[in-house]
Amino acid sequence: MTQSRPSARNITFHIRRYDPEKDAEPGIFSYQVPVRPGMTVLEGLHYIKENLDQSLAWRYSCRMGVCGSCGMLLNGRPMLACNTQILDIASTELTLGPLPNFEIIRDLVPDLMSMFEKHRAVMPHISGADEGELNDPAGEFYQTPEDLERYLQFSFCIKCGCCMAACPTLATDERYLGPMPLAQAYRYNNDTRDGAGEARSDVAGSSCGVFRCHYAGECSRACPKGVDPAKALQHLKRQLVLGYLRLGTKRKPCAKQGPPAGAQRKPGIPEAPPYTIT
Amino acid sequence: MRETGYWTWHMAAGVVIFILLGMHMATMHAGGLTGLFVSHPGEESVSLINSQARDGRALLTGGYVFLLGIALYHGLYGLRTILFELSLRPATEKAVSVALLILGLGLFGLGTWAALAAHAAALAARG
Repeated sequence: MTQSRPSARNITFHIRRYDPEKDAEPGIFSYQVPVRPGMTVLEGLHYIKENLDQSLAWRYSCRMGVCGSCGMLLNGRPMLACNTQILDIASTELTLGPLPNFEIIRDLVPDLMSMFEKHRAVMPHISGADEGELNDPAGEFYQTPEDLERYLQFSFCIKCGCCMAACPTLATDERYLGPMPLAQAYRYNNDTRDGAGEARSDVAGSSCGVFRCHYAGECSRACPKGVDPAKALQHLKRQLVLGYLRLGTKRKPCAKQGPPAGAQRKPGIPEAPPYTIT
Repeated sequence: MRETGYWTWHMAAGVVIFILLGMHMATMHAGGLTGLFVSHPGEESVSLINSQARDGRALLTGGYVFLLGIALYHGLYGLRTILFELSLRPATEKAVSVALLILGLGLFGLGTWAALAAHAAALAARG
């Protein structure tokens, strides 16, 4: 038994293209794409590349909303091309452009380096608590479900840059750290395994930090993973102010759990390889 | 972290201004109803005789100087924030901060002098 394919509808893709090496300024190029129900914007771009214009450039990797590579401006909103179905946002025409608030490498490829440098500045890793245990663990850090709940939502960030592209403050002030790095600062400040909160707060509370946020909330509307960076930033402001006034509650260090008493290593499991970095 | 301090005091100043401006409204614009700091009932709150009576009270003079200080801080910090969003260079930001600090201190000095002079004049008039 054969199933008939749903009929395709022609949708015009208006793509903002720019090659800094060749073009004086960006231009809009239009392509007709036959769209079937369920087809994603990423698939539409593949159709153009394979059938209409091989020179079109964009960035993608996982095709399932995990890697955060294919963020772009779709009908004026920052979205992931891979998890946006064309017919959900367009009936006859669709406009595409690179993420704003970033330099353009080519066509739909933004240069995300500025975002990653700001991300690195907030020390987005667990550090400062128990370096000896982190480097040579003798047991497991133990977190309660409540401990986990404090930062779990913010750990779903895939660093796609959609929030940075939507941020009106970043649009006027390129030195502002932006929603993604600041939300990650809050995420690590709330991890009971971490002890670098003070150093991180120095960066987050600087003149380019969280107090530049006007709470427009566009970052949370744009986030494809439901991270809600705006909420993280407001909590971070409160955390910094309470810390400044010395009214914040001191967090207990993360509990450690050694191996269970009497536990034996299962036979046949080889030893871990030696450290390559000391 | 310094910006955290500035911002914290900016917010705290906003709350204090809200309270002090509430007292100002109750005194100056609803004095007939509240009777607050109206030494001569039947006269307008803003009449010279009531103004002089208020000027002669050290608590109100101190309150005025306090309100002036926090209002200047709150307003000028807000202005600084707006100016910083014009993507200024770090050197320009520093110059703006220094200029606003000098402006604020100057206005605070002028306002304090005026309040103290009015206080002294009210005491002299009282004899």
